[in-house]
Amino acid sequence: MDPRFDANSDNIEEYLARHERKQLLRFLTCGSVDDGKSTLIGRLLHDTKGIYEDQLAAVEGASKKYGTQSGQADLALLVDGLRSEREQGITIDVAYRYFSTEHRKFIVADTPGHEQYTRNMATGASTCDLAVLLVDARHGVSVQTRRHCVITSLLGIPKIIIAVNKMDIVDWDQSVYDSICEDFKAFSSKLPDREQHFIPMSALEGDYVAEASEKAPYYTGPTLLELLETIEIGGQEQETPFRMPVNHVIRPDLDFRGFGGRIESGVVRPGDRVTVLPAGTESRVERISTFDGDLDVAGAPRSVAIVLEDEVDASRGDMIVASAEVPATSDRIAADLVWMHEEELQPGREFILRHGTRITPCRIRRIIHRLDVDTLESVEANSLALNEIGRVEIETDSPLVFDPYEAVRGTGSLILVDRIGNWTMAAGMIRGKATEARWTATPISGADRIGEEGLVSADERAARFGQKPATILLTGLAGSGKTRIAAMLERALFDLGRVAIRFDGTTMRKGLNRDLGFSASDRSENLRRSMEAAKLINDEGIICVAAFVAPQAGNREQAKALVGTDRFLVVHCSAPLEHCRAKDPTGLYAHAAERDLDGIPGISFDYEVPERPDLELPTHQIDPEEAVNRILALLSERGFLR
Amino acid sequence: MTSLQDPLSHLQSLEAESIDIIREVASSFQRPVMMYSIGKDSSMMLHLARKAFAPGPIPFPMLHVDTTWKFREMIAFRDKVASDLGLDLIVHSNPEGIAEGMSPFVHGSRVYTDVMKTQALKQALSAGRFDCAIGGARRDEEKSRAKERVFSFRDRNHRWDPKTQRPELWNLWNTRIGPGESVRAFPLSNWTELDVWTYIHLEKIDVVPLYLAAERPIVERDGALIMVDDDRIPLEPGETPQMRSVRFRTLGCYPLTGAVESEASTLSEVITEMLVARTSERQGRVIDHDGDGSMEDKKKEGYF
Repeated sequence: MDPRFDANSDNIEEYLARHERKQLLRFLTCGSVDDGKSTLIGRLLHDTKGIYEDQLAAVEGASKKYGTQSGQADLALLVDGLRSEREQGITIDVAYRYFSTEHRKFIVADTPGHEQYTRNMATGASTCDLAVLLVDARHGVSVQTRRHCVITSLLGIPKIIIAVNKMDIVDWDQSVYDSICEDFKAFSSKLPDREQHFIPMSALEGDYVAEASEKAPYYTGPTLLELLETIEIGGQEQETPFRMPVNHVIRPDLDFRGFGGRIESGVVRPGDRVTVLPAGTESRVERISTFDGDLDVAGAPRSVAIVLEDEVDASRGDMIVASAEVPATSDRIAADLVWMHEEELQPGREFILRHGTRITPCRIRRIIHRLDVDTLESVEANSLALNEIGRVEIETDSPLVFDPYEAVRGTGSLILVDRIGNWTMAAGMIRGKATEARWTATPISGADRIGEEGLVSADERAARFGQKPATILLTGLAGSGKTRIAAMLERALFDLGRVAIRFDGTTMRKGLNRDLGFSASDRSENLRRSMEAAKLINDEGIICVAAFVAPQAGNREQAKALVGTDRFLVVHCSAPLEHCRAKDPTGLYAHAAERDLDGIPGISFDYEVPERPDLELPTHQIDPEEAVNRILALLSERGFLR
Repeated sequence: MTSLQDPLSHLQSLEAESIDIIREVASSFQRPVMMYSIGKDSSMMLHLARKAFAPGPIPFPMLHVDTTWKFREMIAFRDKVASDLGLDLIVHSNPEGIAEGMSPFVHGSRVYTDVMKTQALKQALSAGRFDCAIGGARRDEEKSRAKERVFSFRDRNHRWDPKTQRPELWNLWNTRIGPGESVRAFPLSNWTELDVWTYIHLEKIDVVPLYLAAERPIVERDGALIMVDDDRIPLEPGETPQMRSVRFRTLGCYPLTGAVESEASTLSEVITEMLVARTSERQGRVIDHDGDGSMEDKKKEGYF
């Protein structure tokens, strides 16, 4: 039933051809109880003729029984489904509604406004491209409004429409509308940027929903329906790198092996270089196979079967990705959880985790903080209760191949399932590797209230010590001479009457970092804590000489950002692996060869060579004295030493 | 507008989602089965299942719960499809119901539906030890279905409890169940009636000819046009079937399925009629009108 179709003059084949090309927009409606969500959806369905006569008749009958709009058909009853809810007059679960117009098909996730139902909102939001947030003109931006705004932001909904409803009750007063818009903007400016629109309306009377009105002359924008029909959608998921979790391997005979899955991100073409993760096997796409024949190109969110050129072993749970841009792999991640169960989350608890098509046991190592959705502050937490949101560190039995949620929703999301009852306990948005998340974690609320302004200025310290503080990071392979050079540099600075403190990866582990091992994540954490200490030392005017392997370029960048870009120097001790192994000053390489040890940089994991170090020291060619002289020259040249 | 390499229409998006769900079932369950009710939704779902596993065969059987009161044309269509596509088709009827001569005319639609549909379905699912039954229900069909999950959890007695349904986020389906528990999976959840017809038209999917208008013998019962498909229908004194041009918007048991008067004898004409129609498709189904909230009660008992 489509009012724009005229059976007498329109050609059905042409109409169908148009209909077949429609776009799909999934949107969420949210707002407090009584803000008028059900009425709005009922109005949209009614005004787009998405309601049949018998349904309307049923509603008119039911209006007499349950209705709150005395006299008129209560359009809200069109969408309130289960009898128990209808009797209570509330919506207690996510309901999906459908309507279409000339240009688009719409799927509406209708979510309830009760405080305790954050879980339902997150559920509805997870698949939506847009949110319509209702605000009651009489009550303005409430705690609930802010909360819903935050949840839609956390769940990564890129666009939001703020529908200021019930304007009829406030006589379409412009000052009411303007102040609600201002209040909302003031709050949403604290959240990551996204497209937002404001519309004054009366869902009950239909103004500015599907039909334009003159009741708000100060509003010259489109009606809600016009906006829904024209707002730019889709495409984002095809602009990110190719990712396809393998769902089902199709192998009818020995001649065909297709990896069936839905493309979560990007596009793929025959001939593309792809990598199967976590194994890391590379191949090329031979065919993109479908029931309707092979495709020349396929993009998200299509379901296809990919045939690779080589005999590659891949199964459900693996991910096929663009070789040029592979996602991160880690068994230790940081994620924001929406906790969905009555039983509280405690650290140490084990779950079944689902990410993409991979299912793995996991453990919550710690709760990093809870997000106070009203103030947007991170607060300390030992548990998470139903409908609370918090950041946690998760350790998985098998590694996850992921992108941060804000980059790719499909490969950055996860759910946690109870091991015994199989209930879905939490939804999670992956923020990064646990260690990387530590580098950028926001301080827990209250941390900024302690401490007093110092009474000694930076200039006074510089004058006293004859230096400007800096952190000199000596990075390189084990055996490249970092430790020796660091010791000699400290001696040289001391002899010149300057003040320096020396940090060494090994000595830091004897105290401050005694709880850390040698995994990539622990190495990262070792460096992070040491750099926090270096920062404190620099703040006191003192030079820090830091000798660390620091194999990851990302970590070195984070260290620089942490300490301060204008006082952080990367000095690369560039003796090659063969040289370090032959020299082997600590016997590490010999020991490793004997015992088959893990954790040797350059052997068991990559050492990422610094691309643009402040100074490169070819330590296999020059002696330590020369190395120290070059560093001192650099410090003078950059103005750190007077 | 963003220039997409591979822009998807709404039908392609829905198709991709359905294929993903069907594959998920095949990968996650030990003994899945696909419900095959012979109607248009089943025909489309079967088509999508073929797409999901092409060029391989569908890796699970199809199940038809035969109430013994289906239209004869439906049964003929079912057998032809099964043989043409080489389907592994299971047909089950409730033997106790047959022994008691269960009839919608004698026992009323409520009892009849319970015995010949709901109980028969549970028997078949238990006998096959199926842990997942794929059904063709859509959320737009009826209000109580609007909140149905894609993976709908059922307890050991095949019962649906709104309180035990799990939240579904992204496409991260939670398919885990305990011993004896099962799941009903609904890959067509997000399709509407118009989407289904448009897709059938676009993909040229075969449907039972009863969907197209033809002269058929009709009697009128409580305002519903009932087709006299065989001589089991008790005619009132003086009542004689009239030949009328009708078609069916939904197909089920002929005594419980009302026809609509129509001249639409091609698929395009059917869609044309639907575009100007003023009543929803389930109106032809007697079962939904037994009482406000009746579908909700039937689902709790184990009906699809």
